[in-house]
Amino acid sequence: MRSTPFDLLFNPRGIVVAGASTHPGKFGFVALHNVLAGGFSGRVFATNPEKPTILGVEALASVDEVPQGAADLVMVCTPPQACPDILRSAAERGIGAAFITSGGFRESGAGGAQAEERLIELAHSLGMVVAGPNGQGLISTPAQLAAQIVAPIPPPGPIAVASQSGNLVSAFMNYAAQSGVGISRAVSAGNAAMVGVVDYLGWFSEDPFTKAMAAYVEGVDDGPRFAAAIREAAESKPVVLVKGGTTPRGAQAAASHTGALATDDRVFDGMVRQSGAVRAATIEEAYDAVAAFATQPLPAGPRTLVLSSAGGWGVIAADAVSNSNLELIPLPADLEAAIDGLVPPRWSRGNPIDLAGGESRDTIPQAINLVADHPEIDAVIYLGMGIQANTASHLRSGPFFKSADLARICEYHERQDGRFAQAAAEASSRTGKPILAATELAVTQPGNAGPATMGAEGHYCFPSADRAVRALHHLWWHARWRKRHLG
Amino acid sequence: MVALSEFESKQLLANHGVEVSRDKLAKSVEAAVEAAAEIRGPVAVKLCGPSLAHKSERGLVRLGLDTPEGVRSAAEDLLALSTEDDGEVTLLVSEMVVGHRELIAGVVHSEQFGAALMLGLGGVLAEAVGEAVFRLLPVTEADCRDMIDDLGFSALLAPLRGEPAVNQDALVATLLGLAQAGCEDGIEAIDVNPLVIRDGRPVAVDGLVVMSSP
Repeated sequence: MRSTPFDLLFNPRGIVVAGASTHPGKFGFVALHNVLAGGFSGRVFATNPEKPTILGVEALASVDEVPQGAADLVMVCTPPQACPDILRSAAERGIGAAFITSGGFRESGAGGAQAEERLIELAHSLGMVVAGPNGQGLISTPAQLAAQIVAPIPPPGPIAVASQSGNLVSAFMNYAAQSGVGISRAVSAGNAAMVGVVDYLGWFSEDPFTKAMAAYVEGVDDGPRFAAAIREAAESKPVVLVKGGTTPRGAQAAASHTGALATDDRVFDGMVRQSGAVRAATIEEAYDAVAAFATQPLPAGPRTLVLSSAGGWGVIAADAVSNSNLELIPLPADLEAAIDGLVPPRWSRGNPIDLAGGESRDTIPQAINLVADHPEIDAVIYLGMGIQANTASHLRSGPFFKSADLARICEYHERQDGRFAQAAAEASSRTGKPILAATELAVTQPGNAGPATMGAEGHYCFPSADRAVRALHHLWWHARWRKRHLG
Repeated sequence: MVALSEFESKQLLANHGVEVSRDKLAKSVEAAVEAAAEIRGPVAVKLCGPSLAHKSERGLVRLGLDTPEGVRSAAEDLLALSTEDDGEVTLLVSEMVVGHRELIAGVVHSEQFGAALMLGLGGVLAEAVGEAVFRLLPVTEADCRDMIDDLGFSALLAPLRGEPAVNQDALVATLLGLAQAGCEDGIEAIDVNPLVIRDGRPVAVDGLVVMSSP
């Protein structure tokens, strides 16, 4: 796989950190640190004119000393005026791609803009691809590559991210690290002088490690090209888009951040919907949606059932479903009869199904299977996971754990929540229907056996019922778009 | 940019399959009275000309006229209100289109994305709220159905106060007609306001087509 410039960026044979620094406070140090700490699978070089040894790597005086053909990517952490010579040397050593983190280009004024133009002309003449400048770097977990001047190094996973803001790349990756649904590729487009967000999305859409994509944009240079590229990417894989600068004051901030021109947000919104991409209002909502797309099948229809062993959350979920494009279907009679066979008569007898504490050992897995298998149900929201393990955690840390001999019951509770999480994951794989589980314990107690098992199964545990419903709304929106527009 | 008169605008839209109100042009007061008699039922009389884009604001529209005397006096008033800046003007006699539901629709030009089809809620308050959805041209039938869904007021499309449900196929056909007109060479913008739902079908009651300068 060495067919496109993007392969050089995301799957390089070797990487050179140009401008590596001995000072741990400098980007040139952190960049090398991250490449090494990430366990990059290829060769690692560093350059520094004084040839120090940094983190065990003997720095070369310049890129000219990199062995011919040993690297494909140079990560540039120098002042901007050094960039042209680095590109010339890199091209001469057989390096085809550069990620330029250096600032001082278009974002700094007219002089910087000219320098950027000349740099890109030079790159074209050298046949090199340039990412950035003024970007924070890129992540490629299949290559164990963390070429970034900031944190974090995310777990590997199915989500790809392209963003006009580096900080929001980090935000997506921080969510990934917290939830366990990880990242395939992530890139901060910086000034996007040669390669823009939609170009990355185009490559991600063909990347076998990526199942769904998230993007943050503030401005659009070429509207029709942007629309066509989003459409092409979304036809292949789900795309979740966040647009910054949707209000006059926000647009003002975007103008000074990325130089984005203001656009009528309603036209932009129509363009996104027409393209089949999903639009999220916040990064949090976008991560929820992209994690759902990356880990759940698309629903065949809007008919949603809420299964809950936590009463209030069931009510909130019912409200959220009612305010979405989903349908809170009346409980089918045969399903009511089947649930009646599982629990005492005080349960809710409706949708949401609230088991009202009447569960015994196998009730939850049985109920999950019953609702998932039902032909009139397209999607399930499952609430109440983690309650038993949460109790266990408090028994364990309480004063009576030893004296009252609570170890066995704690282990039972924890095992149960692990089983529930597994049952949800298995039922989803078996039926091809989305089953979205939600509990605040995913955030407040990530080690809880419920959410932790979800993570281990490669599934996303939503931090609240309403966030799960919002994500399911996006799944159905995109599924319906596929039916309507692609047949 | 040059605006077509209301009459020409609606003729152009009708040629693309958009249902428009029944209109007759009259060059004199007498001709207006005759036109009203031919149309039957209550009519609206408006001053009509290429430079008359903001007729309501200037009081150049008289609605619900149901007697020959009413039409005559309205026509006389309107001609007296025209100024030299209005250029050549005529009288436009239109059937009154009655429906509780008013939409707006058209084609706008966006600097970044080019021409876009628009559908929104009509009426004074709706305009203030700015509730409208857009799709870039060219559009497909599926895009038009999405726009109707996106407007997000399914209650508005259901049967309402004795009127039948909105015929969504007819609304889609109207949108496709507007989009087709919007793709024609030289057309810069189209504004249909209001698009009244009569017996469940959308009818363009006022329309404005703006041509880009040659």
